[in-house]
Amino acid sequence: MRASDLIHLLPELILLGGAALVLLLDIVWLRRAEERRRQLLPYVALGVLLVAALGLIPGGGDNVSVATMLVFDPFALFFKVFALLAVALIVLLATPYMQTRTPFSGEFYALLLATALAICLAVSASNLVMIYLSMEFLSITSYVLAGYFRQDRKSGEAALKYFLYGATASAVMLYGMSLLYGATGTTDLAGLVAGLSSGAAGQSAWLVTPAIILLLAGFGFKASLVPFHQWAPDTYEGAPTPVTAFLSTASKATGFAILMRVFLVGMGAASMASQWISLLVALSVVTMTLGNLTALRQTNIKRLLAYSSIAQAGYILIGVVAVVSDSTRIFTGINGVLIYLLAYLFTNVGAFAVVTAIEDATGKLEIKDYSGLVRRSPWLAGLLFIFLISLTGVPPTGGFLGKFFVFGAAVQTRMWVLLAIAAVNSVVAAFYYLNIVRYMFFVPAAEEGEPIRVGRPLQGALAITAVVTVLLGLIPGPVILWASESARSLLLALR
Amino acid sequence: MVPLSWYLILAAALFCIGVFGALARRNAVGILMGIELMLNAVNINLVAFWRHIGPDQMTGQLFAIFVITVAAAEAAVGLALIIAIYRQRNTVNVEEIDMMKG
Repeated sequence: MRASDLIHLLPELILLGGAALVLLLDIVWLRRAEERRRQLLPYVALGVLLVAALGLIPGGGDNVSVATMLVFDPFALFFKVFALLAVALIVLLATPYMQTRTPFSGEFYALLLATALAICLAVSASNLVMIYLSMEFLSITSYVLAGYFRQDRKSGEAALKYFLYGATASAVMLYGMSLLYGATGTTDLAGLVAGLSSGAAGQSAWLVTPAIILLLAGFGFKASLVPFHQWAPDTYEGAPTPVTAFLSTASKATGFAILMRVFLVGMGAASMASQWISLLVALSVVTMTLGNLTALRQTNIKRLLAYSSIAQAGYILIGVVAVVSDSTRIFTGINGVLIYLLAYLFTNVGAFAVVTAIEDATGKLEIKDYSGLVRRSPWLAGLLFIFLISLTGVPPTGGFLGKFFVFGAAVQTRMWVLLAIAAVNSVVAAFYYLNIVRYMFFVPAAEEGEPIRVGRPLQGALAITAVVTVLLGLIPGPVILWASESARSLLLALR
Repeated sequence: MVPLSWYLILAAALFCIGVFGALARRNAVGILMGIELMLNAVNINLVAFWRHIGPDQMTGQLFAIFVITVAAAEAAVGLALIIAIYRQRNTVNVEEIDMMKG
């Protein structure tokens, strides 16, 4: 590694310094300061994220490999921008919410910056060692975030369940990595595909399927795919709402990013691709079906969004299995995944922003508490309506664009059965999303409540997410171009 | 030299014991111990592979050292969470930690 390579690591270094700065500011200066001063901290965090985003400009997507373990390609750049955007939105969500609930809100922002750093490293990692380290970095930070309210029994339970499932999943994934290392003698993804497909192929070809299954335990846990999803509903329900929004978007996207890089780059040869594709098809079917069917009978909104998020992971997986190596096509599968994840980020964070606003004002999280919301707060009801139709996949929203590109890729590869199941699932999903709309608009409230007051930062988050959700549907061109360009660098590895 | 397969069988057995512990134990600390066994099985695998296929490259050993380090960090956070739970409810039995279901 040369000193000049550090330019590529600029955003990571800024995030690292920024997290330390926020922590120091909190301990040294702000903890003794009055309440009003302490509210500056989230804005410091936002500033750090902004500077880190600027740091992406000099060397973000140059397609170079640094220290043999990190690769800086347009694919990684896409997810870094994604991570910084996601964490910035989560900071906005958390700003009034955390301050009123815990006296220790300072570390929260430092930890959030650390998760951004973890994601930036994870999506760049091109070596099993680095993948493991960065995933574990993200996981351990997320455990702490999920259990951030130490006095709250639900938060503690959420964190413990997340931790126990996460630690088991990562140990299983590691076992798979150790087998892959033994079979090929390398942990480098590019070396992996060479080692598995040539030379001692006769000895190690049998190992591919078990290794894929073992690795999937780790990636599937992050992306909350069935059957590695059991933690998700409980953790989503119990964790602080901004953390739930983080886990369901940024953390999930990281799982997908690593999954795509490992399978496309590390196991991209045709004989291996057919093995993981058939496995992922099965996972996709059970993930969306189980997620949607269980979502139907939920009464808690966070829990409903948790199962909806599991189901959405099933749809996203369709893009991965429908991958084609010809990057000149409109639907390459991978670009569908990227578009879907981006649209889902804004839509889901927006939905959670509405949930946060209502929880902040009323402390209530049941769907029946949303009845009559349109009379109480027409704006919030209208915004949640936009997010819900985007989650359903109705045009003109980002959710529709994502579904269009993912399903389009499946049409192109003629996966009719998978498509039929996905279509049925989308109809089932519409039922429970629109059920919330029914409560908000048509069921009268049990008692007349005050209009819900929304703080400035949350207003900002709501405005950004809503505008982007709609804009993605109305002006999809730039995003399609950007996603296709980013997907190309991975497709080159697929043979 | 002890053949590679012996190490692999030992590691596989240890891994299975760990999985059994993680799935069957009801005590959160017991589950954590099962997970540690799984990680140690991985370490045996890594070091054995390193010794047999490429002692000139340090990848396997390095990976094992990272696994040990991260396992320590993970255990620290995990035990902290378990202590926090214990202070709230006086139990670390995962069957009794069931406020959320469905």
